Amino acid sequence: MNIVEMKNICKQFPGVQANDHIYLDIREGEIHALLGENGAGKSTLMNVLYGLYGPEKGEICFKGKKVDISCPNDAIKLGIGMVHQHFMLVPPFTVTENIVLGTEPSRGPLLDYKQAVSAVKKASHKYGLNVDPDALIRDISVGMQQRVEILKVLFRGAELLILDEPTAVLTPQEIEDLYRIMKNLRDNGHTIVIITHKLKEVKHISDRVTVLRNGKNIGTVQTGETDEKTLAKMMVGRDVVLRVEKPPCTKGNEVLKVTNLHAGNYRRLPALKGCSLDVCEGEIVGVAGVEGNGQTELIQVLTGLQSWSEGEIRFKGKKLEHTATPQKMLKSGLGHIPEDRQKRGLVLDFSVKENMIMGFEDSKELTKSIFIDYEKVNDFSRLLVKEFDIRTPSIETKAGKLSGGNQQKVIVARELARNPRLLIAAQPTRGLDVGAIEFVHNQLIYQRGIGRAILLVSYELEEIMALSDRIVVLYDGQIIQSFENEKVSMEELGFWMGGGSRKAI
Amino acid sequence: METINSIIKLFSVGLLLATLRMATPLIFGAIGGTFSERSGVINIGLEGMMLMGAFGAAFTSLLTGNPWLGVLAAMITGGLMGSVHAVMCIKFKANQIVIATGINIMAIGIPSLILQGYWGNAGRTPLVKGLPTTSISFLKDVPFLGVLLGTHNPLTYAALLLVPIAHIVLFKTRFGLRVRAVGEHPRAADTVGINVFKIRYICVILSGVLAGLGGAYLSLGQLSMFIKSMTAGRGFISLAAMIFGKWTPLGAFGAALLFGLADGIQMTAQAQGIPIPNDFLLMLPYIITMVALSGFIGRATPPGAIGKPYEKH
Amino acid sequence: MERREPTTKIYEKLHEIVKVLLDPVIAAIFALFIGAVIITVLGDSVVVAYSALWKGAFGSTRSMGQTFMSATPLIFTGLAFSVAFRCGLFNIGSEGQLYMGAIIGAWAGYAFTGLPSLAHVSLVLILGGTAGAAWGFLPGFLKAKLGVHEVINTIMMTYIAINLTNWLVSSDGPMRHGSTLQATPFVADTARLKVLIPSTRLTTGIIIAFFVAFCIWVLLWKTKLGYKVRAVGLNNMAAECGGIDSNRYIIYAMMISGALAGLGGAVETIGVHGRFYSGFSPGYGFEGIAVAMLGANHPAGILLSALLFGALKSGAMTMQIVAGTNSELVKILQAIIIFFIAGKWSIITHLESRQKKKDGLKSNIRGDETWKQSTQ
Repeated sequence: MNIVEMKNICKQFPGVQANDHIYLDIREGEIHALLGENGAGKSTLMNVLYGLYGPEKGEICFKGKKVDISCPNDAIKLGIGMVHQHFMLVPPFTVTENIVLGTEPSRGPLLDYKQAVSAVKKASHKYGLNVDPDALIRDISVGMQQRVEILKVLFRGAELLILDEPTAVLTPQEIEDLYRIMKNLRDNGHTIVIITHKLKEVKHISDRVTVLRNGKNIGTVQTGETDEKTLAKMMVGRDVVLRVEKPPCTKGNEVLKVTNLHAGNYRRLPALKGCSLDVCEGEIVGVAGVEGNGQTELIQVLTGLQSWSEGEIRFKGKKLEHTATPQKMLKSGLGHIPEDRQKRGLVLDFSVKENMIMGFEDSKELTKSIFIDYEKVNDFSRLLVKEFDIRTPSIETKAGKLSGGNQQKVIVARELARNPRLLIAAQPTRGLDVGAIEFVHNQLIYQRGIGRAILLVSYELEEIMALSDRIVVLYDGQIIQSFENEKVSMEELGFWMGGGSRKAI
Repeated sequence: METINSIIKLFSVGLLLATLRMATPLIFGAIGGTFSERSGVINIGLEGMMLMGAFGAAFTSLLTGNPWLGVLAAMITGGLMGSVHAVMCIKFKANQIVIATGINIMAIGIPSLILQGYWGNAGRTPLVKGLPTTSISFLKDVPFLGVLLGTHNPLTYAALLLVPIAHIVLFKTRFGLRVRAVGEHPRAADTVGINVFKIRYICVILSGVLAGLGGAYLSLGQLSMFIKSMTAGRGFISLAAMIFGKWTPLGAFGAALLFGLADGIQMTAQAQGIPIPNDFLLMLPYIITMVALSGFIGRATPPGAIGKPYEKH
Repeated sequence: MERREPTTKIYEKLHEIVKVLLDPVIAAIFALFIGAVIITVLGDSVVVAYSALWKGAFGSTRSMGQTFMSATPLIFTGLAFSVAFRCGLFNIGSEGQLYMGAIIGAWAGYAFTGLPSLAHVSLVLILGGTAGAAWGFLPGFLKAKLGVHEVINTIMMTYIAINLTNWLVSSDGPMRHGSTLQATPFVADTARLKVLIPSTRLTTGIIIAFFVAFCIWVLLWKTKLGYKVRAVGLNNMAAECGGIDSNRYIIYAMMISGALAGLGGAVETIGVHGRFYSGFSPGYGFEGIAVAMLGANHPAGILLSALLFGALKSGAMTMQIVAGTNSELVKILQAIIIFFIAGKWSIITHLESRQKKKDGLKSNIRGDETWKQSTQ
């Protein structure tokens, strides 16, 4: 029997159809995997089910009856629980306090902590989820934190559990523990939906799998009746990849060599676990991978924004110090098109010309002692605006008023004006229209042609395949495969992006 | 030797009594501030709320002749100022520091306006009926403690009672758990169905009420009148006590006593011949707080989500 | 780049200016309206009160002089708050920095004799500014290196400054002079600022204030330092990515901010009072916050805003004498202005946010910021 049926769900965000007439059914007592790339719409769909978003169209049936879920409380009352990718736990509280928050056992106004602890212990025992009731959240392992989140959900009587990318932050041992817990819960009558991008995981743990792509439901299959290669094909689609016309690659000297890089993320957890790659003049190296596998940290290390713990980085032949700062990196010949142009690439309240000179404000060409020579700045900016065909009413216009494509052009123009030996382009065409995408791609090809080394990090496989000479796959903090672009297919890349056979080179 | 003797003489019962008295308004202010900040809303407007409370108390006592009504008025006035802060910061998501500055400025102006209209002297009220000192009969005759605790202004007793009550509320009740959750991780609280806004409103208004009570002590307990700007920075010292006490009622109490002691020493030091100038002793609370914030006395970390207005997706 | 008709360009510029001015104007009008309500409630006549206010502010040369004189310290403290604000910081402690500048300025004024006027005044101003800068440095340093929020620290340092200066002029303090008032000796005549309009107390201090405002404008919008300070204030992350060491500029901004307040204290000392005395400031530092916010944290706006507040203060004294309405009404007007501007009650902001929502639906095909957040 279907415990949940989502019919014809449509959810739109500014500019994008996140869920496009999706139909999904979940059978009672199964582990159902929701598979797809970044932006496929998986989290959105489950957020609709959990009441965090309201769909424009569509309806939800729970156990055969039509229901209206307009807030998480409604979902919880029905018996739906969600464990988010970013935990909703209060760090200085104990495990018990987090689990009972909102439904605290009490004696009058007082919190009955003893009763709470025994209830937690009982639940912990019943579901086989080992937690320490009195431990503080900030002191326990990520694996235990996740168990607390799951207990929180079960404590409120959830029959259907939604897990959003649960293994993204776990160690291999913790992952095995989680799979065991999931199987236990299923065998005890619970239903689980797991959102994931990992093919191996789908094969290992799920009973059925639904693949989403670009907001649409591509299909639902029995896991036992399919294999990873088929799933990969469904995940990335059969679109013909337009490889941009480019002259053959004339590789020059090595500009960047990264060896065995280890670095942590903002939560001090390991994000890069021995990453190695190299980039030479005149080539584009594309880093393929699903978001969250270490791309952000890799870029931050290379641009001097964060430090690393182990490994060696050689830039233009010289070893990089741990004290590298963005200023030093920019001065020594690095250009950086950041992943998030509005947060890191531009000061939106600055004018176009003020953004254009970011990083140049100390240079002799643009300054006169302590003053910025705005005449020269104007000339500089006008030149770049013309060269890159940036559509703006004037160079005085605030950058925030430009369209996404033109904003990106400002950044590209600026970074190229640095005449960098190595250009790091992260998600360079995110949120851009076709014309702007074409422009950026052509620019990158052109720069490659004149001998620049380009490291392209993108979550769009099509883009990686269109531009790169060499493609490396970043998975779980390591480069696990490397290909010459002409020799690999989209399906094969999708396979490796999902973990492949997990052997690093 | 002389100095050591004088220092020992200093710690007389008289000093300890003065300490408790000086600490009373600070206890109210610091615990009020603790609730507000624990729920995630910065409140540097305690100074203004305390001042308005002082005025409300004295003026009501003036008009009605009843100091107890004055205390009630202080709570209402303080609560009103707290509501302004709450509405501007929670509903309109305005910058919490700027709004509080506005409240402090306003609080200096309002009493003068009203007093000018009332009797032409904007600087103070006439003498009003203050709160009578009360004694606890059975406590009075206990040796040492009796002298220390037996006879005090009722608001001092209230402050002393407030400490354990606030501690229990914040750390042992369901409400207190939710307050702390809202201040650390409001989204987590939201996802389990807790009304973040309601809790913040309650805590901010409460902080105004308590600050108002602190003000009532100044105008009806310590003195029997209201004088312009009589809080003289005590609202900010309450903030300092809150921080130094690491956002806990017990810690705030300890810090308030410490700062009250400094105040007390400052008052009796001259008589005792202590060579440290008054003004330096007055500086102590502020210096200590800066040191505490810099992490020299353990980490003084405020609640995790403090100062950020909450947006529901 | 699209070519625009010169007339449309001017029209656009005007449109921008009006937009920026509209908020403060509405705030001021709203405040005056509430003030009128309060005056009526108190039983006084709005007409009498407000006309007395006007007369007291602009009615005669003397009044005008008073207005400008009252505005002078507010220009400095307003600039102080705004420079820190432009770097993303809240300097609530300009009162303390003001005090330090005042007393050190006073010391420089009375400790040296026989200096030519220009040199003496310059010495006072430089030392006063430096004292303020030092007072602003510490909170800035603690923020940059230890991440301690500057709000509490600047307040703490204000009270430390007040107590420190009180001691310096107390009966056993080293700077005390005379037996009645807690004050320093009078500064030498060579250190005094020249009176501009006879029979007023308006001095060249106002000219210094205007000049400093101009310098700050140049600093923030024409120099490398100013560029970096503003970048850090508007988007710390992007500034870091662009190679700017935000910690360093946070410290610079706090020092400049403190220096401005200190300068204001020094100017007030050698301009109006001739010496430092305990409690000389009725809260110029805190009022500076209202001035800065009303002036949109821009030197030009601050000049206008300070003049408005100066007018209110000057007029309020007359208003009190003539209409019997207490001059502290001004404080309530200040508070209302702060609430209005900080609370974003303005119509303009509402219109703008509705426009943004409409634009959002038009832009981008493959998704943007909001959507990205939703997939996490």
